[in-house]
Amino acid sequence: MSVIDIKLAPLVLSKASRTVTKPQGVGGKLLRRPTFVLSVLILGFWVAAPVVLAFLGLDGLNRTGGVNQPPGGGHPFGTDNLGRDVFIRTLAGAGPILTIAPAATAIATVVGAAMGLAAGYFRGIVDDLLMRSFDILHALPGIIAILLVTAAFGRSPVTIMIAIGIFFAPIIARTVRSAVFVETGKQYVESARSQGESTWRILFVELLPNVAPTLIVEATIRLGFAVFASAGLSFLGLGAQPPSPDWGLVVSQNRIFIQTAWWSVTFPALAIMTLVVAVNLIADNLREVLQS
Amino acid sequence: MTLQVESLSVEYRTPRGVHPALRELSFCVEPGQSYGLVGESGSGKSTAALALVRYLARNGRVSRGRITLDGTDVLGIEGEELRQYRAKQVAMVYQEPVRSLNPTMRVGAQIAESLGSGPGTSSEVLLLLERVGFEDPGQIALRYPHQLSGGQAQRVVISMALASRPQLLILDEPTTGLDVQIEAAVLGLIDELRADLDAAVVMISHNLPLVAARCDRVGVLKDGILVEEGDAQEVLSYPQHEYTQELIAALPDIDVPKSGGSFRRSAPVVLRAEGVRKLYGGNPVVDDVDLEIRSGEVLALVGESGSGKTTLGRAVAGLTRHEGRIDINPARGERNPVQIVFQNPDASLNPKRTVRRILQGSIRLLGGDSSVESLMEQVGLDPSLADRYARELSGGQQQRVAIARAFAGPTTLVVCDEPVSSLDVSVQAKIIDLLRQLQERTGVAYLFISHDLAVVRALADRIAVMRHGKIIETGPADDIYTAPRRSYTKALLRAARYQPTHALEESFSLEPSSIEPRLLVAAGV
Repeated sequence: MSVIDIKLAPLVLSKASRTVTKPQGVGGKLLRRPTFVLSVLILGFWVAAPVVLAFLGLDGLNRTGGVNQPPGGGHPFGTDNLGRDVFIRTLAGAGPILTIAPAATAIATVVGAAMGLAAGYFRGIVDDLLMRSFDILHALPGIIAILLVTAAFGRSPVTIMIAIGIFFAPIIARTVRSAVFVETGKQYVESARSQGESTWRILFVELLPNVAPTLIVEATIRLGFAVFASAGLSFLGLGAQPPSPDWGLVVSQNRIFIQTAWWSVTFPALAIMTLVVAVNLIADNLREVLQS
Repeated sequence: MTLQVESLSVEYRTPRGVHPALRELSFCVEPGQSYGLVGESGSGKSTAALALVRYLARNGRVSRGRITLDGTDVLGIEGEELRQYRAKQVAMVYQEPVRSLNPTMRVGAQIAESLGSGPGTSSEVLLLLERVGFEDPGQIALRYPHQLSGGQAQRVVISMALASRPQLLILDEPTTGLDVQIEAAVLGLIDELRADLDAAVVMISHNLPLVAARCDRVGVLKDGILVEEGDAQEVLSYPQHEYTQELIAALPDIDVPKSGGSFRRSAPVVLRAEGVRKLYGGNPVVDDVDLEIRSGEVLALVGESGSGKTTLGRAVAGLTRHEGRIDINPARGERNPVQIVFQNPDASLNPKRTVRRILQGSIRLLGGDSSVESLMEQVGLDPSLADRYARELSGGQQQRVAIARAFAGPTTLVVCDEPVSSLDVSVQAKIIDLLRQLQERTGVAYLFISHDLAVVRALADRIAVMRHGKIIETGPADDIYTAPRRSYTKALLRAARYQPTHALEESFSLEPSSIEPRLLVAAGV
């Protein structure tokens, strides 16, 4: 009740608002959150690292020193069993993962949003068909479903992107669908219908901007999972192949050396962790700001 | 148990600075007396209620003043003492009774909870339910809140408030959202209980005549300041302050018929509905309705909530499937002959679009030829608001945008679904006036849906009264207002005039109980 009281007292507010700064938009609110800023910096670091390396002509594929050297000297993270610099390889390893995961998320978001909008708006038979087919798809454990796809269509990065994207799309679709349910309960949708607005415009011009906050948050959460999925597939040998510096692959290949050369496993593993935690923290902050 | 409020000031800290919500509010309520605090949204009336029970929001603060109940300094107590004060001395009844009940608990168990455990609780629960007018308390005690009607739920909430025999009873809009007949019954009950308990009653409402009819004294709040206070009848009849005078002038007058109007009885029929039926879960909400509206006619569809009037309006606007026929004959071959204006303007405007984009879309869809600015001027909106988002506008301004949207191009019939019920009284009158002007200028027909016969008096050419999905009486407005035939229509008219009704028996009768006492024990009563 008090909130309403405050909102509807324009006279008093106009006097008060002259002396204080106007609250900033979504961007301003996010920038005032330390975890958000830190996470964006970490994500930015991993995006920039492979680009800068490529610019410097470094790819982490060549032998640059002795075998299994501990951290120190010219190799801050040491070298691996083939004498390659772990620091350079860890930086370069962000490349494959940050190509596959965002692309997979983009596919999941576009496909999922379209299906979610359709299911939520048309309901009935459209909704039933989509939801039941999602149930069937998700009856398989995720990793097995993706294994089947790579087994059938090969393990090229494009196949993996599409496989992860298709598997994540229903999750986004479900979230969007429930947001659409809420929005269609508001009369601006009916109002557009009663004025003869085309279904296409109702879905994408009227509804989509209103479910966008939910969609953005869900897509960011999916990005975190896509990083995991991509690293996991490489770990299982289904993604990147040697001599790629892909983190999942590197962890998989070097885990036998964990007692003799812990650095060759630990740093790429930490890299996966920092990236996933950063993405999840971004998702948390977006949810708190966009959906409050 | 006198309640004394002395120069109470409350302020809220907001991101935009400190906002004073109440300034120097003083009033006094004697035991057995009732005091009505009246104001529009934002006047601070709910803040006053929350301050009385010490439930101000975290950003709220009493900056000065005193509240004393029977000598106790309410603002000074803390901890256990405060808990005892809330539990034993005051009781508050909120708007929307169903929300203040726990949906997972049977009613009887909830009342028992507010009584505290002990022997003889279940018989006390039944006594309390009987006290608030349930003929069959055993049956009610076993129900869940969703199995109660709005009026029944409010009675249960009141019975819980009474459990502790409070000295101060605070009612925040206790009947908003209830049907007129049930409203009268609930208010009658509160009157009885006040006399019985000898409690001081503070009733908070936006509805001045309602409060004046029920309270001994009233205070009128505006922007946190008490602008007028006095004997209820005197304030209503001889308002002193300019604002109170405006409020009273803005009230729709049920005895002043529509003046002018261009409607001719020989005009062509633009809407013909035959045998319209709509089922929800097997129950007909609209049951075999026939309806005719002629070009330029204003038909008011009146009935209580749940009577099916909104569903019928939606069917006419093509927003819901139905059985039967609805034929629309566009008066001048319009592309979109039926438009609709909804009750809640906040929800009916897309929050992500500016006024300009909303209206541009409507002009395009309806094939209109006016500019956004001239359309805004036609509905009394300052064109400088065109680039604002809908949520940045007041309720009245939002409703003007929604109306502008319906009039963005040529149209034949506008369905107005309770277009003013969510607005403040002073705004209501202006919106009704706007709708009347637009109708006269454009010659469209209205299907005007309302629960309040007073609101539609100035507009309607013809009235149709709806109940339980059927139209039970229809006729020219003058006939309905002066010589209603059905007893239900008479009751609606009495309620619109704030005359007491004797609806108690009718609204609350239940089938005889067949529930054994041990079932009550099983239900936790």
